[in-house]
Amino acid sequence: MLDIKESNLLKAISDVSFLPENSVYNLRKNGLGVERKTNEKVQIENKTDKPGIDIRIMPDTKNETIYIPVIITESGVNDKVYNDFYVGENADVTIVAGCGIHNSGCNESRHDGIHRFFIGKNARVKYVEKHYGDGEGTGARVLNPVTEVFIGENAVCEMESVQIKGVDSTERETNAVLEAGAKYIVTERLMTHGNQSAVSNMVIELNGEDASAQIISRSVAKDSSEQVFYPRAVGNAKCAAHVQCDSIIMDEAKIRSIPEIAANNADAQIVHEAAIGRINNEQLLKLMTFGLDETEAEEIIIQGFLK
Amino acid sequence: MLELKNVGFTVKNEADGKNLEIIEDVSFTLEDGKFLVITGPNGGGKSTLARLIMGIEKPTKGQILYNGTDITNMSIDERAKLGIGYAFQQPPRFKGLTVRRLLSLAHGSELPEDECCSYLTRVGLCSMDYLNREVDSSLSGGEVKRIEIASLMARDLGLAIYDEPEAGIDLWSFQMLVKSFRMLSSEKNESVIIISHQERIMQLADEVIVIADGKIRTQGAKDEILPTLLGEFDRKCDLRGEKGAEGNA
Ligand SMILES: Nc1ncnc2c1ncn2[C@@H]1O[C@H](COP(=O)(O)OP(=O)(O)OP(=O)(O)O)[C@@H](O)[C@H]1O
Ligand SMILES: [Mg+2]
Repeated sequence: MLDIKESNLLKAISDVSFLPENSVYNLRKNGLGVERKTNEKVQIENKTDKPGIDIRIMPDTKNETIYIPVIITESGVNDKVYNDFYVGENADVTIVAGCGIHNSGCNESRHDGIHRFFIGKNARVKYVEKHYGDGEGTGARVLNPVTEVFIGENAVCEMESVQIKGVDSTERETNAVLEAGAKYIVTERLMTHGNQSAVSNMVIELNGEDASAQIISRSVAKDSSEQVFYPRAVGNAKCAAHVQCDSIIMDEAKIRSIPEIAANNADAQIVHEAAIGRINNEQLLKLMTFGLDETEAEEIIIQGFLK
Repeated sequence: MLELKNVGFTVKNEADGKNLEIIEDVSFTLEDGKFLVITGPNGGGKSTLARLIMGIEKPTKGQILYNGTDITNMSIDERAKLGIGYAFQQPPRFKGLTVRRLLSLAHGSELPEDECCSYLTRVGLCSMDYLNREVDSSLSGGEVKRIEIASLMARDLGLAIYDEPEAGIDLWSFQMLVKSFRMLSSEKNESVIIISHQERIMQLADEVIVIADGKIRTQGAKDEILPTLLGEFDRKCDLRGEKGAEGNA
């Protein structure tokens, strides 16, 4: 059903080259839903008022993996999609999203995924999102994801986003609201090169008692690429949040990191750490004493850093 | 065989623009399979000498030959490929790199688990606990140091240089380490240079070189050098004793 190019894209964003038979999925290609599989525990329906889907996960659903990949292989596609996830109480699921763009034309290809998550009490969600671009065309590959997360009491939401290659421009918005005992763990991995630019804005509101959030962002900026991070954590109750942004800067790249932490409650504990620096010289030297040349050594350090 | 001929290393002091001579006219020869210990006071130039041999610094004077080849202007990785290795005095940490990966990188190819384990055991680390740990700031100083030593043992070398391998290592592991070095010198036909302040390690040496103020102060067979070194140390201590030693350590 998928040609080689498409299945390569799929592999790059979801680690599988075809959608597993026993899983739930919804594949979107060049702006249209093309394949879908559901079961009695996970339902997927088209929205009636705008492009996109509603994904309903029944309470107590366990061990389901849901794939919702988006692939774009035509040049000049401008795709905007609204996906809403309703995760029932006590459910425990993994959602593998991601967008791969192969642009061999000269027009911009663009995908804006607006994802909302409504996570019920005591549920656990692991959400993995990979962005990837390739194709020899001059047309830009643009991804502007918006993620909104409402995490119910004692629910846990773990989000992993990876963008390592081939996306020319990204503006990411992430907003999260946490209720009592809710936990939000975000890890962001980003690498930009050439003239790419990436912006990540994040607002995390910790509204319930004992809510906690951990944001880890690691990035590498090469060539003349640019990155901006703007994470904001707001504690409105007795809560804990830790934001950590670590960047490696190379060549003529530019990185800005603008942390903002706010506490509206005396028992809120919010920490922000940020560091930008070159590759550590001693690390390079160490790997070179193993017989690796400078470029190989750099690659290994970056790979590890972004793991 | 390693040969240093009148090696000198001078740096320009950033502050006053004056030349600072860190290594001055050092010459010595190390035969294959020999075990050399370099010792001497802090700041004497021992690590600088090791970095010059590895190629991390380039000499401003003199020549370095390895197995007859002039390596004075060779890069670090070229020297590594010739079989020279250096375990740093202060090894760096790596985010996201596991102990197993680091040992494999050192070895030059993926190391089977049991081999990784045997190298870790030699430096007194219980391998199962460490194989998949990252070599990052979660490891203690002594642990990083021992992994550094293991990474050199995982390589196939003609010349191995260890820079104060005993530093920060507990007594029990130190014994293990001494045993490993003993094994190393008898098993492989590797030349070994160990920079050390420890008598127990000097006892393993064929030869000892004392470096002070960037120069070789004394050089010779262990049996000649060690007694005089220890004698000198004893005298110094006595002297302090007589003076009543203010700020007693
Ligand atoms: N690149 C450099 N620029 C300026 N000074 C340097 C440089 N490299 C080394 N030095 C100085 O040269 C001297 C020798 O340093 P080195 O690290 O080789 O000593 P060492 O014998 O290994 O000492 P230790 O026993 O403390 O490890 C020191 O005074 C050090 O500060
Ligand atoms: Mg030293």
